[in-house]
Amino acid sequence: MTIADPPISTKLDSKVPGGPMEERWTRHKFDLKLVNPANRRKFDVIVVGTGLAGGSAAATLAEMGYNVKAFCIHDSPRRAHSIAAQGGINAAKNYKGDGDSVHRLFYDTVKGGDYRSRESNVHRLAEVSVDIIDQCVAQGVPFAREYGGLLDNRSFGGAQVARTFYARGQTGQQLLLGAYGAMNRMIQAERIAMYTKRELVDLVVVDGIARGIVTRHLVTGEYERHAAHAVLLCTGGYGNVFYLSTNAKQSNVTAAWRAYKRGAFFANPCYTQIHPTCIPRSGDYQSKLTLMSESLRNDGRVWVPKTKGDQRPARDIPEDERDYYLERRYPSFGNLVPRDVASRNAKSVCDEGRGVGPTGEAVYLDFADAISRDGKAAVEARYGNLFEMYERITGDNPYEVPMRIYPAVHYTMGGLWVDYNLESTIPGLFVLGEANFSDHGANRLGASALMQGLADGYFVIPATIASHLAGRTLEAVTTDHDAFKEAEARARSMADRLMSINGSRSVDSFHRELGNLSWEHCGMERTAEGLRDGIDKVRALREQFWSDVRVVGGSETINQDLEKAGRVADFLEFAEAMFNDGLVRDESCGGHFRAEHQTEDGEAKRDDETFAHVSAWEYQGEGQLPQEHREPLMFEEVKLTTRSYK
Amino acid sequence: MIQKANHGDMRITLEVWRQAAPGAPGKFEEYEVVANEHMSFLEMLDVVNQQLVESGHEPVEFEHDCREGICGSCALTIDGKAHGPRERTTACQLHMREYRSGDRIRVEPWRADAFPVLKDLVCDRSAFDRIQQAGGYVSVNTGAAPDAHAIPVKKESADLAFEAAACIGCGACVAACPNASAMLFTSAKVSQFALLPQGRPERERRVLAMVDQMDAEGFGNCSNHYECEAACPKGISIQNIARMNREYTRALVTQRSN
Repeated sequence: MTIADPPISTKLDSKVPGGPMEERWTRHKFDLKLVNPANRRKFDVIVVGTGLAGGSAAATLAEMGYNVKAFCIHDSPRRAHSIAAQGGINAAKNYKGDGDSVHRLFYDTVKGGDYRSRESNVHRLAEVSVDIIDQCVAQGVPFAREYGGLLDNRSFGGAQVARTFYARGQTGQQLLLGAYGAMNRMIQAERIAMYTKRELVDLVVVDGIARGIVTRHLVTGEYERHAAHAVLLCTGGYGNVFYLSTNAKQSNVTAAWRAYKRGAFFANPCYTQIHPTCIPRSGDYQSKLTLMSESLRNDGRVWVPKTKGDQRPARDIPEDERDYYLERRYPSFGNLVPRDVASRNAKSVCDEGRGVGPTGEAVYLDFADAISRDGKAAVEARYGNLFEMYERITGDNPYEVPMRIYPAVHYTMGGLWVDYNLESTIPGLFVLGEANFSDHGANRLGASALMQGLADGYFVIPATIASHLAGRTLEAVTTDHDAFKEAEARARSMADRLMSINGSRSVDSFHRELGNLSWEHCGMERTAEGLRDGIDKVRALREQFWSDVRVVGGSETINQDLEKAGRVADFLEFAEAMFNDGLVRDESCGGHFRAEHQTEDGEAKRDDETFAHVSAWEYQGEGQLPQEHREPLMFEEVKLTTRSYK
Repeated sequence: MIQKANHGDMRITLEVWRQAAPGAPGKFEEYEVVANEHMSFLEMLDVVNQQLVESGHEPVEFEHDCREGICGSCALTIDGKAHGPRERTTACQLHMREYRSGDRIRVEPWRADAFPVLKDLVCDRSAFDRIQQAGGYVSVNTGAAPDAHAIPVKKESADLAFEAAACIGCGACVAACPNASAMLFTSAKVSQFALLPQGRPERERRVLAMVDQMDAEGFGNCSNHYECEAACPKGISIQNIARMNREYTRALVTQRSN
């Protein structure tokens, strides 16, 4: 089903401003239309999702004077999955004086993304990174500090400078609570109307413009219609298509997928990130995987035994019989190579039969050297809560025995296509944070997700939303409009259909099977044959789902099984799009590793001639193949080279 | 079915609180389950739910999301203890290796008037959000911030502020307190900002508004049982309550003198 050479699409206008790279954002902001403060209260803006992107956007737009309606599926906006981010947030502050700059952060991020991101967006991200730290400190976010009272930094994968700000191993939590506080201030001021326990079930498009949403109340089962002048999706990534991932259990693709079916293009769905340092799975009942922050690689040394099948306990394996394979293969970055490189290397040593632990699917992350060099107290101060978490889950004490780690799905770089204004192909629909595709290319560097979520919400959307609100004539639309009726009817009929099948298999059993399929056919390593095979299997599974799933209980009460059924139904469609994108992208880049395309020593081999573009997929109706559109990627500042971390 | 006879398998009898709707009468139902010592407590509940669904019964509703102890969703009282037997551990991080085959375990929701049960093990904790809305923030508009290094903060203060800010808003403190007091929760936020220069300009207004809201929601007062600290999965210290009391008194005095 590969689509042969589609033309560069005229439907994708990235709206990237011209001129020197470092002046583009400033100039763009000046060129954008403005909504004058008195007029802002005339505009209603819907924000779906209250993680770092949604929370920061909702708060800032409300401060500016817009009427904001914010929605989350949790019982409180504070529980969004951003809360689980551990390690830190990058910013080009150069507080360490180690030669960091906006340009270097920009360069590292483009390179780290394996040259598949949009340069202008990444440069803007690096520029506003410094403002994010200022903002968060002003909110009272308790970042780690040094004795002099100034902020501390650490280094992260893919960088040779220390530019990562952190709050112990709970940076995401602290940043999210900062945004949550900012939202609360606006909720109290009645500038944000907060709707908790609501799930978006459809996007409402009127005259080609996004004008509202339909939600289902997850406690009462009621369907509700909400009209607005603009809709922001800040609904995170699709990692849970793999069932086992580090994502929270409720993270899903539903909002993005239903927007896709209303006309928003989906870009690069095959770009998924496999995080190298997660706790390995222990059995079939496993419901999720737990990440151990990448910051651990600052002090932890990754190794496996040199000999296959060495069953001795780690401490009994002498130094010269250990293979510190990252330090050996990548002497200049060592244990701090980017995530995709670290993950693939872990897989390959395990495939060689040198993996450790009961399943053989794990490598050691060893702190013995750090403890003897800096003392246990210093290591505890840096990673105490992570060590505790590890001990709780595995029953092993990492101060005494090395951690066992294995890669797991963690983040998704693909997402809804957006232009420089973060606007999707549906006018009035903006997409922020992990839900969009633009900044991380084919691989995201550590500590960049928090940066992007907050950049989009605090600094980008507040400026660019005016391009839509002041730039277009927006007729009054009420929730009685036929488009709302049709969207609500569609959502209701989908739920009714799910409830009426009354088959024999639980929703979770389908989700698990889909996850296994995705991991096997579209995981760390992909092949054309495997992807084709995977597509057939996903289609068969989808058919079985719609004839044999069993959803018990009522629809007018809390029914988590019904919620899951809707999300799994969407994942079953989405998976095919992801596999197909991986098939069409006949090269290796970043997290997308096609086994057919590798260098002699097993590194990803890009094909810049053919694939230096974004693939954005347009929905063509049920059962139809999506249409591919291509946005060429121009590299004006960063020269396309083969990434090397040696 | 997931259940096979594996090494580490254990037979557990569960008594689970089932309640159809807010205000509806509830009761304990008994379920037999084969768990495994490597499972998390919630994974054991997943197995129960899978059994229920496959036999056409409604699964047990319970809140959960991150399953790594940080989102604060899970809210289970296990054998009378908020989050169960293990110290500083949320229910989602509790593992079955804490139990022995043949154990009976009783699972129920948080019990507090301010947290009404919605269904089964799910309760309504929106009162916590309203306490935060009353003043749990620094009033600074986006873009109006000075350079992050403009105000140095003593490391000790920053660390203490962090420890208070680590609260996950799960509500175990309320569930554990004989008075269903929310003072540990409220004081954690009051303390975070009292300890940081950024929070000082609004300190009086903040503590008064948050305490008023806490009282309005129907939470009780602290009478020094320390159960909250013992139940808190993040180890939030009751010293925060003492700090909040000082802040509150200080605010009353300052307000009066104004």
